[in-house]
Amino acid sequence: METVLEAKNINKYFKKPVLFHVLKDINFKINKGEFVSIMGKSGCGKSTLLYILSTMDTEYEGELNLNNDLITGESRQKLTFIRNKHIGFVFQFHYLLSEFTVLENVMLPAKKLGEKSIKEIEKDALEKLKILNIEHLAHKRASQVSGGEKQRVAIARALINNPLIIMGDEPTGNLDSHNADNVFNIFKKLSVEDNLSLLIVTHDEDFANRTDRIITMEDGRIIS
Amino acid sequence: MVNWTVILDIAKKQLITKFKSTAIAALGVTFGIGAYITLVSFMTGLNNMLDDLILNQTPHIHIYNEIEPSKKQPVDGYDAFKNSFNVVHSIKPKLSQKKIHNASPIIHFLNKNKEVKGAIPQVKMQIFYIAGSIEIAGNLTGIQPVEEARLFNFRDYIIAGSPEKLKNTENGILLGSGIAKKMALSVGDRVQISTIKGDIFPLKIVGFYQSGISDIDAIQSFVNLKTVQRILGEAQNYITDINVKLYDIEKALLLSQKTEQQFNVTAIDIKTANAQFETGTNVRNLITYAVSIALLIVAGFGVYNILSMLIYEKMNDIAILKAIGFSGNDVQYIFMSQALIIGIIGGILGLLIGLIFTNIISTIPFKTDALAKVDTYPIDFNVWYYIIGFSFAIISTFFAGYLPSLKAKKIDPVKIIRGQ
Ligand SMILES: Nc1ncnc2c1ncn2[C@@H]1O[C@H](COP(=O)(O)OP(=O)(O)OP(=O)(O)O)[C@@H](O)[C@H]1O
Ligand SMILES: [Mg+2]
Repeated sequence: METVLEAKNINKYFKKPVLFHVLKDINFKINKGEFVSIMGKSGCGKSTLLYILSTMDTEYEGELNLNNDLITGESRQKLTFIRNKHIGFVFQFHYLLSEFTVLENVMLPAKKLGEKSIKEIEKDALEKLKILNIEHLAHKRASQVSGGEKQRVAIARALINNPLIIMGDEPTGNLDSHNADNVFNIFKKLSVEDNLSLLIVTHDEDFANRTDRIITMEDGRIIS
Repeated sequence: MVNWTVILDIAKKQLITKFKSTAIAALGVTFGIGAYITLVSFMTGLNNMLDDLILNQTPHIHIYNEIEPSKKQPVDGYDAFKNSFNVVHSIKPKLSQKKIHNASPIIHFLNKNKEVKGAIPQVKMQIFYIAGSIEIAGNLTGIQPVEEARLFNFRDYIIAGSPEKLKNTENGILLGSGIAKKMALSVGDRVQISTIKGDIFPLKIVGFYQSGISDIDAIQSFVNLKTVQRILGEAQNYITDINVKLYDIEKALLLSQKTEQQFNVTAIDIKTANAQFETGTNVRNLITYAVSIALLIVAGFGVYNILSMLIYEKMNDIAILKAIGFSGNDVQYIFMSQALIIGIIGGILGLLIGLIFTNIISTIPFKTDALAKVDTYPIDFNVWYYIIGFSFAIISTFFAGYLPSLKAKKIDPVKIIRGQ
C-alpha cells in the first residue's frame, strides 16, 4: 500500500498564556485512496493537528512526510506551493471569496498554480462542480448560494488541482443530516473512484463509522 | 512565480465592492495632485512673468565703458618727474570715455561666438523733451529696433507702433508712455528734443514705449542708432553700449569676464546685476512644493486608511487565499496594487482637474499697467509638472500602501481560521 501522508512523533506546545502540551507524540499513516476520520472530544487538539498536517502551521516538533518526501523544515515558499498543488482543505465555515462567482472561486487555486490555460481551468472547474451537482450555480455570486451549496463549492475548490489528499475540519458540522449525507457520499465516491485520500475531522459518529478508519484522540494523544 | 492576472483580478474586485471608500481615497489623491498642478502652473506662470519683466529686456552681458578717472595722468609720462612723488588734485574723467573703443570689432567678435545669440550696439544720451517753455530731462537710446525685438523682446513693450516702423522712419521716435501722457502727444505728432549742448531736433512719433516701470517710462525714448549718432554729431563707430544675449544664461559670467580681459571694457553679467531675482523665484517655488507635498501627505493618509480598513475587513479572505496556496508576497501584491490603482486613477483625475483649473484661470482677465502685454492670469503649461505630479501620486500611494500590505503579508491564516 502506498503511503500518502505520514506523521512521525509530532509534538506541539502552546507557550501562551501558559505552557501547554497540545499534541503528544502523534504517529500515523494515511494510504492512497484511504478515507480516514478523526474523532475526539472538543479541545483534544484535532484542529491543531490538521493545521500542522496542512502545512499552514510550522511550529511543531517531529516529522511530516507527504508522498514519502520530508516536508518538515521546507521554506515557506515551498510549503505554499505544496498547499496549492497537493493539499485540498475544506473548512467548517465555508470560506469563499464573496466578490467572486462560484466558478471563479473554484478556479482560483488553479489560476494561482498556473499550469493550465484559463480555458482548461474553466473546463476543469465546471467538471468539479458537476461532480458535486452544483454546476447550475457556476455563475452565481458566492454570497448568494446556501450554506450546503457553499460547502460543496469549497469541496470543488479543494479538488481543482487534483490534490493528493483532502483535509476537512468538520466540513459537515454546519449542515443538516441530508446535506451531511450528501457530502459524505461525495467523499466516498472520490475515495473509491478516484483513489483520493481523505482525512476528515468530525463529531458525527454516523459519518465516522462509514469511513475506512477512525483515528480517536484524547488529550492530545491518539488512543486508537 | 507571481501570477499578476489573478492578483490584479482580486485587487480590482475588492476595490469595486468597496467603491465608496475607494472613491473617497482616490479623490484625496485627485485633490492633492489637482492642487499641485494648479499651484505650480500658476505660481511658475507668475514667476516667469515677473522674471520676464526684467530678465527678457535685460541683456545677459552688458558691455560699456565705466566713467572713471584715467589711471594714467599726463604727469606720469613726463620724464623729468619720473623719480618723484606726484600729487594730482581734482582728477576729472575724460569726456570721450563714454565711447567704447573698437566697438564694431568687439560686436563682430562676439557675434561669431557660438554661445552668443546676438550682440547689438546701443548709443545712450541725455536729452530734454521740449514742451512749450518747459524742458523735461530724459534719456534717448539709439537702437537697432528689429534686432532689439529679436533678442530682447522689445516688441512686448511697444504699446503703439512697431520696431519695423521705427526702423523705416528716419527721424522717428518711440516715445516713453509717461512722457507722452505728460505732453499730451499721440502717434504721428512731432516732438522736439534738445541736446545738453542746446541743439534742437524735431522727431516724428512712430509709437509708444511702456516698460511697466513708470520711472523709466517717464524719461526713456528710443530712436534709430543712426539718428542718435547724427544728433550727437558722431560717426557711425560711436557706440556707448553693447548688449549681448546668450543661448545659455549660465555662461554669462564666464564670457563677461573673458570679454573684460580681452577688450579692456566693463562687462556685467545678468546674475551679478540682478541677484535678487533668483531668491524670489526660489522662495516661490519652495512655497508651491511645500503646499503640494502637504496635500499629498494628507492624501497618502487617506489611502493608508482605506487599505487598513480593507485589510481588516478582508482578514478571512486573506486567510483563505493563504490556505489555498497564495503566498504572503501574493497577498502583499494584491494590496499594493490596490494602493497603486487608487494612486493611478486619483492621479489621472488630478491631472485632468489641474488642466481644467489652469485653463479656467488662464482666461480670467488680469489687467495691469505694469505689464502691457498681459491680459489674463499667466499660467505656465508644462508637461513636466504633469509628469512630476503623476509620479508624486504613485510614490505617495506606494508608501501609503506599503505598511498595511506588509501587515496583510504577515497575517497568520491559522489564527484567523481559529478565530471563527
Ligand atoms: N492559539 C492558542 N493558544 C493557546 N492554546 C490554544 C490555542 N489554540 C488552541 N488552543 C488550545 O488547544 C487545545 C486544542 O485546540 P483545538 O482547536 O485543536 O481543539 P479541537 O480538538 O479542534 O476542538 P473542537 O472539536 O472544539 O474544534 C484547546 O484546549 C485549546 O484551548
Ligand atoms: Mg476544532
